Amino acid sequence: MIVEEDLVPQVDPGAVPSDTLTVLGRVPEGASRAEAVAHLAEAARLVRRRDIQMVRAAGLGHVGGEFSVIDVLVSLYLCAMNVTPDRLDDPDRDRFILSKGHAAAALYTTLAIAGFLPADQLGTFMQPLSQLNGHPARTKIAAVEASTGPLGHGLPIAVGTAMAGRLDGSDRRTFVVVGDGELQEGSNWEALMTAGNHGLSRLCVIVDRNLLQQGARVIDTNDLEPLADKLRAFGMEVVEVDGHDHAALVDVFAAVPAASGKPTAVIAHTHKGHPISFMSDNVAWHHKVPSPEQVAAALTELELSS
Amino acid sequence: MTGTLTPERVLHDCRDAYVATLLELAEADPRIVAVVNDSVGSSKLGPFAERFPDRLFNVGIAEQDMVGVAAGLANGGKVPFVSAAACFLTARAMEQIKVDAAYSQSHIVLCGMSPGMAYGELGPTHHSIEDLAWLRAIPGLTVVVPSDPAETAQAVRWAAQYDGPVYLRISRMGVPDVNPEGYQFVPGKAVTLRDGADVTIIATGAVVIRALDAADALAADGLSARVLSMPTIKPLDEEAVIAAARETGAIVTVEEALTSGLGGAVAEVVVRHAPMPMRFVGVPDTFAPTGSVGWLLDHFGISADGVAAAVREVLGR
Repeated sequence: MIVEEDLVPQVDPGAVPSDTLTVLGRVPEGASRAEAVAHLAEAARLVRRRDIQMVRAAGLGHVGGEFSVIDVLVSLYLCAMNVTPDRLDDPDRDRFILSKGHAAAALYTTLAIAGFLPADQLGTFMQPLSQLNGHPARTKIAAVEASTGPLGHGLPIAVGTAMAGRLDGSDRRTFVVVGDGELQEGSNWEALMTAGNHGLSRLCVIVDRNLLQQGARVIDTNDLEPLADKLRAFGMEVVEVDGHDHAALVDVFAAVPAASGKPTAVIAHTHKGHPISFMSDNVAWHHKVPSPEQVAAALTELELSS
Repeated sequence: MTGTLTPERVLHDCRDAYVATLLELAEADPRIVAVVNDSVGSSKLGPFAERFPDRLFNVGIAEQDMVGVAAGLANGGKVPFVSAAACFLTARAMEQIKVDAAYSQSHIVLCGMSPGMAYGELGPTHHSIEDLAWLRAIPGLTVVVPSDPAETAQAVRWAAQYDGPVYLRISRMGVPDVNPEGYQFVPGKAVTLRDGADVTIIATGAVVIRALDAADALAADGLSARVLSMPTIKPLDEEAVIAAARETGAIVTVEEALTSGLGGAVAEVVVRHAPMPMRFVGVPDTFAPTGSVGWLLDHFGISADGVAAAVREVLGR
């Protein structure tokens, strides 16, 4: 793990690609598996490209935790979830809650590339009076299901949403992303206990397991292991997956609800700052704002990955 | 003292009106659900649990989860009534009340049961004297403190159809009917229970009756006290407060809470618009000693005698 200031390749900051975002929309109906995966990979690349430029422009943000969760977000919004921009008032739409609300720029950018949010609005991120607050607010953006920011809020809300769906006999599913450090908040375990005891099979809790929190490694702070065993003990159907593998993520999400009738907990093994060489797994990038040179270097790496 | 509690006064537990109204509303509206923290008994929700077992969510002793779950139920189109002892609901789940209810503008009705010093001898851990000061500080949250069963029922009915977050403070301490026949609760509006010219007593909740008793005692001494009941602490009826200050020249507030609740709210309006002498009857900046609720109310002067004394003091009489 790198914790010192990073060495950045010398890159011309003027050679930055456009900050426009191409709205790709969902994986097209009838796409082959290879085509679907390619669509998601390209979406993730574009979302990262826009995200880091938003953080640079705002001078604020959480680029490390955004890059760790972006593959999960695009897999959900562009493929796995049964929700489209024209169905935001459909009671049976699948729900998504970003409990680690500090990754807001990743959510906004994903919503934009999926067509839930005008892409030109992304330029207002954290500007005065913008609807794109530093943490997502349901009163500001229609596609945001729950306002989050303080950790430990999204999972209890997701449990309530899943309970309401079951009461209505709806097939809709509720997905919620929590950070791994966030699981230190006790409210999550209250909610997991409720979810397990109620057998909320249409609830899917995704843990963004990047092993880092704001100031240090999770293991050096207040460790979570054995996490899978803990989640199983709370009544979850636990699945572990590479959180940057779109094909694997799509398969895991498609398996919700689990045949066991238990809620699903997905431990998504991720890297903070992925896939940028000088950011990945580096705790310094929790809320570090990249310099113009670092943005250019990151964008160059993303271009090369396309 | 005239007007103190007399044997013929019939006292009611406002929780009964709460539950009866909630049951009636739930029969007609399938969106209505209850969320509790092992508080079915203390909220008197037994009949609801029996009639609508699928619509009562008992998360156990987990207040953060309780309010978060309620926000999720609201997201799913339900109208959740969260019922829990006011002390635990407000203190333990304050951030959920701020973020999941108020900031999110979710339609959640937070019912703080047995507030104030209702739990008497159980002590300050179980008292909820801070709730009015805390919750009136949160933007976008409506705070309602009914004074009797009729007002409780109407406030519940209103909160069920109001599309926003509401805190209802529901007393267990016996109260008589204080509002007139045909009374209609209007959110954000004070109720003039008695007109008067020398001073205005502004009271809220279960102790409105004590303000009325004080006015009786003062009348016997030739002092004419206006009595305003203030069922909505937030948003406050500023017009009624300003009119009271200008027309009667002095104000005494009365509450079963820290005086930074109703008292603070009224004072903020008075100093801004019509500075007049004030006195504050309630719990001062202290945790209560051991005692029954009745003893504690008297101890802190939240009584007819105490209110009358505060009036005489503010008038210099």
